[in-house]
Amino acid sequence: MTGNGEKGASSAGSGAGTGEGIDRTRSEDRKDKQPGWADGLRQLYDSVVDEPLPDNFKDLLSRLDDMD
Amino acid sequence: MSGSERTAAEKADFKRELTEVVPHLRAFARGLCGRADMADDLVQEALLKAWAAQDRFEPGTSMRAWTFVILRNAYLTDMRRNRFRGEYDELVAERTLTAPAGQEEPIHLSDMHRALLTLPPERREALLLVGAGGFSYEEAANICGCAVGTIKSRVGRARAALNTMLADGDIPQRSIDDSTAHRAILQELDDVAAGNGIAAKD
Repeated sequence: MTGNGEKGASSAGSGAGTGEGIDRTRSEDRKDKQPGWADGLRQLYDSVVDEPLPDNFKDLLSRLDDMD
Repeated sequence: MSGSERTAAEKADFKRELTEVVPHLRAFARGLCGRADMADDLVQEALLKAWAAQDRFEPGTSMRAWTFVILRNAYLTDMRRNRFRGEYDELVAERTLTAPAGQEEPIHLSDMHRALLTLPPERREALLLVGAGGFSYEEAANICGCAVGTIKSRVGRARAALNTMLADGDIPQRSIDDSTAHRAILQELDDVAAGNGIAAKD
């Protein structure tokens, strides 16, 4: 699962020429020497993003069309 | 409102984009409120709200940013109702992060998460948005309805706090059950909510 649209768009804000796609926050962090845990923070986030979607979410999404 | 009724194709687009951001909403919510089950409840609530408000979504803009505002508002509301107490997910403790280059001891995901949860909410969300979610400062400021400088300052303070905690391996237990601490948290939330204006208005 990727949030391609947003990730691409957010690189525009980071300014640095190296910051494209997924690495843009990294380039910001580098400015004041990225601490060792910075990758951990992204891993924390990405570990949830990469989880398979629980069934109750699939159910909810499939029910949305019936609600108007 | 009736003039801007969406076509079936637009609704399908909306639903597809909404579906795509669900994993990100779950990740953001998990970082905000710690407990996986509560975070997922929050995301479900946000999804329903987003669906109900879909006429207000501007096609072509960031669905992730738009839904994060909704999620954030739901979180702040629930926090004030005292639903979340900053507990963290014990299951997470089983997982270990890979060691960053040049660091001998791997950071444990549980330590990371616990440290994150000791931060004041507005710094935590700022760090989550920028450092984990990959939003630019400008985007994060829009999501939180505050100035870019405010976000930069919050991220800076959050990073400094985490540096101290994780470097020393000394992560204080913020006593969330303590009534004084709890009042302080609620005050912080009110401050956060007060700067809610721009993007969050609905």
